[in-house]
Amino acid sequence: MQPLLEVRELVKQYRGVRAVDGISFSIERGSCVGLLGPNGAGKTTTVEMLEGIIPATSGEILFRGKKIDHEFCQSAGIMFQNTALQDYITVAETLSLFGSFYQRTRPLDELIEICALRDFLSRDVQKLSGGQRQRLLLAVALINDPEILFLDEPTTGLDPQARRNFWQLIHTIKSEQKTVALTTHYMDEAYQLCDRIAIMDRGRIIAQGSPQQLLKAHFENAVISLPVEQIPATLREQTGFNLHRRNTQVEIHSADLNASIRTLLEQGISLDQMQVRSPTLEDLFIELTGHELRA
Amino acid sequence: MNLRRFTATLAARNREFLRDRMALSWNILLPVLIVMGFAFAFTSDNQDLFKVGVKGEPAGALAFLAVEHISFIPIDDLADAIPKVERHQLDMLLDLERQRYWINRTSANGYILERLLTATGGSLSKQTVSGKEIRYVDWLIPGVLGMNVMFSSLFGVGYVIVRYRKNGVLKRLKATPLTPFEFLSAQVVSRLWLIVMVTSLVYAGTNLFVGFRMHGSYLTLLLVLTLGTLSMISLGLIIAARMANEEAANGLLNMLSWPMMLLSGVWFSLEGSPAVVQQLAQLLPLTHLTTAARAVMIDGAGLWEIRWHLAVLAVMTGIFMALGARSFRWE
Repeated sequence: MQPLLEVRELVKQYRGVRAVDGISFSIERGSCVGLLGPNGAGKTTTVEMLEGIIPATSGEILFRGKKIDHEFCQSAGIMFQNTALQDYITVAETLSLFGSFYQRTRPLDELIEICALRDFLSRDVQKLSGGQRQRLLLAVALINDPEILFLDEPTTGLDPQARRNFWQLIHTIKSEQKTVALTTHYMDEAYQLCDRIAIMDRGRIIAQGSPQQLLKAHFENAVISLPVEQIPATLREQTGFNLHRRNTQVEIHSADLNASIRTLLEQGISLDQMQVRSPTLEDLFIELTGHELRA
Repeated sequence: MNLRRFTATLAARNREFLRDRMALSWNILLPVLIVMGFAFAFTSDNQDLFKVGVKGEPAGALAFLAVEHISFIPIDDLADAIPKVERHQLDMLLDLERQRYWINRTSANGYILERLLTATGGSLSKQTVSGKEIRYVDWLIPGVLGMNVMFSSLFGVGYVIVRYRKNGVLKRLKATPLTPFEFLSAQVVSRLWLIVMVTSLVYAGTNLFVGFRMHGSYLTLLLVLTLGTLSMISLGLIIAARMANEEAANGLLNMLSWPMMLLSGVWFSLEGSPAVVQQLAQLLPLTHLTTAARAVMIDGAGLWEIRWHLAVLAVMTGIFMALGARSFRWE
């Protein structure tokens, strides 16, 4: 079956910088795809090219097999990273303003219900909290009942409670079989929301697949972490361990937990402060790029 | 042009302006304060004292010259003094050398002084002139209103769109089917009607207190105001077309509006200034707005008399609007 959105060899060249360096991927109907990467990886540039907001230097973007044009905005729902809405206008007025732009709109009552806007409908948009604002911006993005929804770092800057509420909202939208493309630099967000992720670094996609697939493909089993001062400098040579320094901890990616622990004991290393956990997307990112995600 | 999208954008912009109390009250208060200030300054040195110009010495005793509360001002040159009677700056002019006096047919003060003069036994021969009184405040009103229109147009469109661009309002709109043409026309129409409303309000308000002259047709004045406003809003569109920096836009708008305010004859007449300045002034829309408004209000000029100014304003509007709309970018 034809994917809803298909991207081929997409390039964005700014003066002196290749922000997006020939990426290709596709988004299936009804799926949620996440672009994951640190600040400056090219996520926003990529998603804004997909939205049709900025032109691509080369490459093509196909929506239902056809190149995107101005008509695409009737089918796309967009939530930018930083947008202001017109001041002195209430939430309800903002919704009806944006509603008037489209040929086909979703009933406002439904949107107000989904995005939980009922309590502050007559409030000036300047006076909304961060979470309320994001919900309103999401409602604005959904107003034309879009076939595909773009979210650019939707929860950046929100408190943990507001983030969880927002994720719940996205789950509701996903359950309506909407197609969602989002960017994030939060691993837990990608893991929570996305069916597929593409990890971006320096304008390129360095890995893509479902979060589970990616983790399985790159990690054997578990991550052992120990305080730095307990690990002799020569451990790597002596044992052949896959070691990573992370702040005050050293992390050992282990395929066989029992064997690794036996080796550590044989080396006379104290395991008093040992922690064992499953690998995360964050580990994957470090594994793939050799640098920290939020660096 | 989709009418629904246009009217929705227009309504949103109007609401924003009307609810922004600071901007609204500033728009109304500033011109009222300026006009009131000048009206006060003007009346304080123009007490209701009769002013009589006197040339030469009386041949015999003239009782009229002893009447109190009349200030008698010695005059050397009749040619200078007669126009002052025409403009009501002198209520009467006596030429004692040739036994003549002048009064203005339309001046009540002149009439009273004439009765006084004959009652006190003066027998001079009567000369009359006519002319309407032009106070500074009458002359100033069109200028101040024009200046207010200029600031409100340039900043209300130029600055506001640059702010929208900077904080991402325009980017959000770009992602919708709204076209630049629909967006810009909504901004222009919204500002236009707001300025026409506010200016009419200020006009009526100051008229209550100052009671200035209006000799022309209100419809003609409205046309001058509308066309002048449009020309300056479109000038604002050029500034707003691409800039994304509020400070830079602010500086540029000031660089545009201050010289315009000084060179367009808002505060003082440019008649005595160098030819270069007068030619330069012809390039400024505010000059044409104020001159045409003055002609209508003070001299009662009709459409035909101010056709040149109307034509220039229309051409300027066309050019500015084309430039502004063509170079417009959402981002």
